[in-house]
Amino acid sequence: MSQSRWPRSKRVYDWLERRIQIEGPIKEAVLHPVPKSTASWWYVFGSASLTLLVFQVVTGIMLGLMYSPSAAHAWDSLQFLNHNVPAGWLLRAMHGWGSNFMVAVVLIHMAQVFLFGAYKFPRELTWILGVFMLLMTLGMAFTGQVLRWDQDSYWGLAIGVEIMGRVPLIGGQLVHVMLGGPIINGNTLSRFFALHVFIIPGLLLAFTGLHVWMVLKLGINEWPMPGRIVRRETYIHEYNELSHKHGIPFVPGAVWKDLFFSAAIVLAVMVCAAWFGPFGPKGVPDPTIIATVPKPDFWFLWIYSILSFLPPDMETPFILIAPVVAILGLVALPFIAGVGEKSWHRRPVAVFSVMFLAICWGELTHLGTYTPWSPQMTAWSGAVVPVGLLKNRTPLERQGAVVFQAKQCRNCHAVGGLGGERGPALDDVATRLTEDQLYRQVLLGGGNMPAYGSALSPAETTALVRYLETLHPNYQPAAADASRAVAAHGGAPPNTTVQRGGTQIAPPK
Amino acid sequence: MDEKLPPPSPQEQEQRLHEERVSRRTFLMNVGIALNALVGAVVAAPIVAYVLGPVLRRREYLAWVSVGNVSDFPPGETKLVNFRNPFSNSWDGQTASVPAYVRCAEAGKFTVFAINCAHLGCPVRWFSESQLFMCPCHGGVYYADGSRASGPPERGLFTYDVKVENGSILIDAGQIPTFRNRASAGPCPSATAPASPALVARIDPCPSPDGPDRSASTIG
Repeated sequence: MSQSRWPRSKRVYDWLERRIQIEGPIKEAVLHPVPKSTASWWYVFGSASLTLLVFQVVTGIMLGLMYSPSAAHAWDSLQFLNHNVPAGWLLRAMHGWGSNFMVAVVLIHMAQVFLFGAYKFPRELTWILGVFMLLMTLGMAFTGQVLRWDQDSYWGLAIGVEIMGRVPLIGGQLVHVMLGGPIINGNTLSRFFALHVFIIPGLLLAFTGLHVWMVLKLGINEWPMPGRIVRRETYIHEYNELSHKHGIPFVPGAVWKDLFFSAAIVLAVMVCAAWFGPFGPKGVPDPTIIATVPKPDFWFLWIYSILSFLPPDMETPFILIAPVVAILGLVALPFIAGVGEKSWHRRPVAVFSVMFLAICWGELTHLGTYTPWSPQMTAWSGAVVPVGLLKNRTPLERQGAVVFQAKQCRNCHAVGGLGGERGPALDDVATRLTEDQLYRQVLLGGGNMPAYGSALSPAETTALVRYLETLHPNYQPAAADASRAVAAHGGAPPNTTVQRGGTQIAPPK
Repeated sequence: MDEKLPPPSPQEQEQRLHEERVSRRTFLMNVGIALNALVGAVVAAPIVAYVLGPVLRRREYLAWVSVGNVSDFPPGETKLVNFRNPFSNSWDGQTASVPAYVRCAEAGKFTVFAINCAHLGCPVRWFSESQLFMCPCHGGVYYADGSRASGPPERGLFTYDVKVENGSILIDAGQIPTFRNRASAGPCPSATAPASPALVARIDPCPSPDGPDRSASTIG
């Protein structure tokens, strides 16, 4: 049969293949044998990360058609995308939700690889590349948040600036390089645009190519079995045995699960995007609007929590040293534990570490979401005073209630369930502090409370303390200083057992 | 696929490599590599200068900016002001506006605080009734003179250098204040002076963590 009688499609294919010559390498990659045990649902997260990366590149390019990377116009162009461009809001939502899913899937992939011991010999470099790919993914999430260019982006950058500014010696210079100038402005947005659109994605794609190449060359990690020890001398031979003698071709043996999961994850992104919509942009990026409560995006809330809990003198060393130690630890991991057991059944420290980090992260994120660190800035003027807290009070005590509101005490101290929660609620403060202690606390502060000595007149202080003394439940009396009664009686009563200076005073005969 | 050229066998490759190792062509190739390294350096120099431009120009970043007239700030008051950053471009939009607090402690004495909390740079808010600055991020609080009152900040608010000329208040402004970048031309506070500026009239400056304050208090 002569070639001219072959169908046209076959002839076109052959014409192309003679010039590109890529059929061989693709066939080799697609049909390479993998151990049968790797055709597992646990092995789908790597391919899902890749799918999401492609999804992000495509949606990102789409947004790039409309986005204006100018500090004066970026916010407007996002509003225009949200409201005036057909499906613009959906594209923004897809990119935003795709980003959240990508960070999540990359983290799950990393935890799975760690628990399955896949970072051990000979896949050390694959793991190290992966560590940097995680950092780049987080870098994409942060720079993407900056490109949203709303109030949260602006003040998020300010937080970044303050952290960067703590670097010894070159901190100031680093801030200027990061901002592209002296303040957060148009040059800053241009820098982050270049980072988010060209520099980090370019590196990420190159690293991804190399990462996947090494997965193909070194083979997919076999399912770890307790007692199957990794040894540098024998591992390659054992793996080839597993993959060639008892293996299956990657396509279709293992790939169908990857395909199912990738489709499911993209569908989940689409559902979230359509249901919840795009992220912001929130308030206009005008630094003179200071009535704002900046919060970082979901994936950075845990850092926000840590920064709140660190004692002041620990802060700078921790911020500068902890990330370096963490990254070095991750990079060094395959060299520290490059051989030995792979199975999580025999690696309790590994299992515990993952659980510990996951719980810490979850708890810090939860705290970052719900902890009322900030004073409630409008409670003093806006929160209702419950009737029960004013009833049957003397004029002086009511005057104290007015001082309590007017001096912004309520921004940090709730009463009747309303107000700030930075300090303790004061509904029953009188049961905890005596009159003297109240004066002392109000005037001198202490225990993370500012001193109000210079902001209150003596009359205001008296009124305020009198009012605070009435704040106790009916069934529980206000705390009182026992020595007052003693002093009022002109000394210790005759039949007392009071100790003075450690000496028992004998009652007068 | 029979049109493909057969690749040279490993032995052939090895042999050819050996022949080429010391030859005029190898020498010329090495010269070529060196030439490209040189050109690469020539290309890299302006790129590095370009990327580091914001640092190389940093001496120029401070300038005296007016924030208002002396008469606008009565003694005992603290007011929020905005000024246009002296180094801004048309495409900066609203981000070129910078807020700050001007405090007139007594007639003719002005202190200008940066808006940024000394903890992580969030914008602090002034409450004149309680004479406190409060931060919305992690609840840092400062007294009227800018010294730390409570919360996570390690130090007081950043201040700008101030001078009064022809009845208007000028501040030495231009860059976002951080621990290493002075808000103004004064000595870097973290390097020389201890954390907070001196207190004016305070009964207790700020509760020290190991002082008797904390243990005596049942609040917080």
